[in-house]
Amino acid sequence: MKTISPDISTGKAPGISRRKLITTGLAATAGVGGLSVAARLAQRFGLIPPDHGALGLCGPGETMNYAVQRLLTPHSLAREFPRSMISKSPFANPVASPSDQFKHLQAGGFADWRLTVDGLVAHPTSFSLADLKTLPLRSQVTEVVCEEGWSYVAEWIGTPLQEVLNHVGVLPQARYVAYFSIEPDWWDSLDLTDAFHPQTLLAHGMNDGDLPVGFGGPLRMRIPRQLGYKSVKYVTRLTVTDSMKRYGKGLGSTSPEGGYSWYAGI
Amino acid sequence: MRFPSAIPAPSTSIPCYSAPVSATVTSLKVAAPRHAALVRVTHWLTVIAFFALLITGAEIVISHPRFYWGETGNVNMQPLFSLHIPSSRDTVPTGYGYVMPDQNGWSRALHFQAAWVAVLTGLVYFIASLVNGHFRKNLVPAPPDRSWNAFRAVIARYFRRAPPNAAEAHSYNVLQRISYLGVIFVLFPLVILTGLALSPAFNAAFPIVVDAFGGRQSARTLHFFISLFLVLFLLVHVTMIFLAGFTIRMRAIITGRAPLPPERP
Repeated sequence: MKTISPDISTGKAPGISRRKLITTGLAATAGVGGLSVAARLAQRFGLIPPDHGALGLCGPGETMNYAVQRLLTPHSLAREFPRSMISKSPFANPVASPSDQFKHLQAGGFADWRLTVDGLVAHPTSFSLADLKTLPLRSQVTEVVCEEGWSYVAEWIGTPLQEVLNHVGVLPQARYVAYFSIEPDWWDSLDLTDAFHPQTLLAHGMNDGDLPVGFGGPLRMRIPRQLGYKSVKYVTRLTVTDSMKRYGKGLGSTSPEGGYSWYAGI
Repeated sequence: MRFPSAIPAPSTSIPCYSAPVSATVTSLKVAAPRHAALVRVTHWLTVIAFFALLITGAEIVISHPRFYWGETGNVNMQPLFSLHIPSSRDTVPTGYGYVMPDQNGWSRALHFQAAWVAVLTGLVYFIASLVNGHFRKNLVPAPPDRSWNAFRAVIARYFRRAPPNAAEAHSYNVLQRISYLGVIFVLFPLVILTGLALSPAFNAAFPIVVDAFGGRQSARTLHFFISLFLVLFLLVHVTMIFLAGFTIRMRAIITGRAPLPPERP
């Protein structure tokens, strides 16, 4: 028979008892295992934003915001306001002088403006503004919220992005929709939750008129559940993709390069 | 007497031991439990998170140092008030001829990260304090103290600059209790809710919160003022620590032990 060492038999270990060692070890293993399972599940269910890690030590907070909101409130609707609350003096951040390409299209009254949709879609399509207006439209009075702190309320008239996506047929492996401005280096992307959100619009009208150029006309993205900087102006191209790794620095947009998170719902 | 043996008899060579015994000296000899480990750990986590939130919050304000009331507000609208500081955006009219460097990127990321630390720390503190009776025992004023007279007596002692009495060295007086309860149950919840009311996704999910504050810009203005109240609390808190004896109080919130006060004749 094996002899039992005195400290165990008396239950008075001089330092760490065996029981404590075993429970600590088990807890540590469970913790590490749990974390890796959680990380794998998070990746599997799309709870990790493409810029995770790019914000360094400040990154986990954004990932938490994104993961919690995608888990708990993926389909909530942004507040819509009565028309009486439309701001009489909206403000738009000035945009650098437009490119020659833009000016050329503007001279033609944007009749030749095209929105091309490609990537993981069944039928890559190029839409004119008139084509977009033949799809079901939506009008909504929502607030534009800038990360700086200011805001305004306007009526936005546009074609829901989901109508465009349903029209071209999104393939099952799709995970993101990237959208590009006619102006260089101005693009961003959405996960499919926000891309198919009913309030995500390709807006071409504002307050009962055409969308003014200063506010992104003739065509801009409007995502009322996210901050203003996601709402790229002068959109000419959509790409449906399974990964944002191939675009720019692979962070889902250029914003994270300046420290601004890809997910701007906060 | 609580400390007869540990302290040498009064002697002329060590004069400070005779007259009213200095607390710093006795603390080396006799120290009793003061702050529980949970209180100490959550206190310092909150300190770290608070400073991160304060600095980054100030950076974010600089990008639009104007405040409004109601749902909307922008440079084309009349502000409720403006801070007379330069801005980090050239679109904001400040009267200054220059634009501050833009620090919003990292400031925003750190602000939300620190907010998570503060909220999770607060949650652990709140649940544990409900369970272990910390609120009931240490923060809710004892029945005899629930009166204006008790309140006034403490304020009068502060104005007389009277040293803390025996009870105060190991417990909070009624003024401290009310202040801490105000911070924990009024200012912290309000600063969290007004902050959440600035998130477009949160407002989509829980519109009642932003609407209750009277709109998004009202929530932003309130977030600013509540933060100022928290800074005011911090200033008073730190001032009182200096007045009460910086070394003893810091040792208490770090090690958890505080000296027993001398018995008064």
